[in-house]
Amino acid sequence: MVEIRDLRVSYEGEEVLHGMDAHFPKGKISVIIGPNGSGKSTTIKAMMRLVASDSGSVEIDGEPVSSLSQTELARKMAYIPQGRNVPDITVNRMVMHGRFPYLSYPRRYRPEDHEMVRKALEWVGLTDLAHKKMSQLSGGQRQKVYLAMTLAQDTGVILMDEPTTYLDIRNQFELLDRARLLAKEGKTVIMILHDLESVLRYADHVVLMDSGSVTASGTASEVLASEALKKAFGIELSFIETEDGVHCFVKR
Amino acid sequence: MVGGLVFLIVTAILNVCLGASGLSLSDIWKALISGPGTSATSRILWYARLPRILACILAGAGLAVSGAVIQKVLANSLASPGIIGVNAGAGLAVSACCAFGLYSAWAIAGASFAGAMLATFLVVTVGRRSHASRTTVVLGGVAVTACLNAITETIITMVPDAALASIDFRVGGFSSVNQGRLIPAGILIVAGILVVCTLTNELDVLSLGDDTARSLGLNVAAVRNGMLTLAALLAGASVSFAGILGFVGLIVPHISRKIIGNDSGKLIPFCAIAGAGFVSLCDLLARMLFAPFELSTGIILSFLGGPFFIWLLRRRKEDN
Repeated sequence: MVEIRDLRVSYEGEEVLHGMDAHFPKGKISVIIGPNGSGKSTTIKAMMRLVASDSGSVEIDGEPVSSLSQTELARKMAYIPQGRNVPDITVNRMVMHGRFPYLSYPRRYRPEDHEMVRKALEWVGLTDLAHKKMSQLSGGQRQKVYLAMTLAQDTGVILMDEPTTYLDIRNQFELLDRARLLAKEGKTVIMILHDLESVLRYADHVVLMDSGSVTASGTASEVLASEALKKAFGIELSFIETEDGVHCFVKR
Repeated sequence: MVGGLVFLIVTAILNVCLGASGLSLSDIWKALISGPGTSATSRILWYARLPRILACILAGAGLAVSGAVIQKVLANSLASPGIIGVNAGAGLAVSACCAFGLYSAWAIAGASFAGAMLATFLVVTVGRRSHASRTTVVLGGVAVTACLNAITETIITMVPDAALASIDFRVGGFSSVNQGRLIPAGILIVAGILVVCTLTNELDVLSLGDDTARSLGLNVAAVRNGMLTLAALLAGASVSFAGILGFVGLIVPHISRKIIGNDSGKLIPFCAIAGAGFVSLCDLLARMLFAPFELSTGIILSFLGGPFFIWLLRRRKEDN
């Protein structure tokens, strides 16, 4: 469970998060939605302490993030950035970096680190590609490597900034299915998504952001049907129920 | 890795054997185990050849590791201590030091390090402040190098004594290496490389990008500044006795990456070995090619390094 209270963040003197409040339940997929520039990425970065906050608090299971060292935080919360570098190293090496927060100087890997990495690679189904270079992989495979890295990091909370961007539809669903499995295992999964259809299908809890504050939160169907959504995106949705669940369509 | 070590050992042995007076392996062995003596062989070995090969190994390893670290930290394969002005800063400091009559080995090594640091942080902070692209950092380094070299030239013109066997210093070479100056610099280089070797994991995490590195618990600013300080220390110490050897810090990391890959845990030790071997080879060529005339090692390095850099630039263009 992650709780954000009255979080304020400024970039170069201009406030971009205006006292935001939100909570993200444990063992669920929470999705932050909102227009471009509404402060979604900033929220996630402030949670991970990648940007400094002016005031307010972020708590993981009641423990304020600000009281943790960067290393302690890295053992509780993992982060997959939006812009994902393709370093010139092997898949295995990349996933090994997930163990970095657990190593003490001079950073020698222990048998349990190798074991965690092996399991993480197996879980995302990349064991066979472990010795390939990152640059030789497809976008979908690279995203799985990042996911495996966060698994090796063994945290209770996983933050993903637009994890499905640049992925084809099959890889999008595959990633979201894996995220659902992680949530079932008890992890708190928090992600930013733009595709409202995926939100409806996968999100247990939705937080809608508009101009730096939360304007609605709740279940996917509640938030997507809300006035706040209409206001944030300037669109209206209609819903259709099929044998396969509820779907949404944009009407203007 | 083993190949690199063999290459280093072979060039080192050749370097000790070959020269104005050739020494046979058995002569060398005898002179080596009997310690410094009065025979001609012993003197050549202990006072000329050995310090010289040690200087080659230390300078080559120091500059190559410095270059590899700078390239990783700045995520810029065109950066090197020569390009971003680190060597020039060290050169200026050494000349200034001598102009003021400070000839002690530790003073020169210290000044060299200070000069290298100054140039590094000048280039890096200017680059950071203006959110510079990779190209801008390199251009900034070229500008800083030009300014620093101009000041060095001015000092040498006004205080000719500061020139320290000047040609050799300005292009880099080992003909005037002395043990006194080698020892403090050597200690700094060996210690610096060992410290870098324990920080290779940090270096690799840093090159995942700032956000990812920080989310893995790395103190990005501290590691970046610490690594640049180490790089400046290595380059500064090397320049303090070898002069401004260009290109080692650029070429060797590139070749090493091709051979051994980009994993710092292997790359850094390999760079040290390859740099040492490469400079030893260049020194051997410098002494042998036009014997009895001796070229500065830096000249041979530039002969090899110039075309390599051009090739690199062309290849980068094709990549894009």
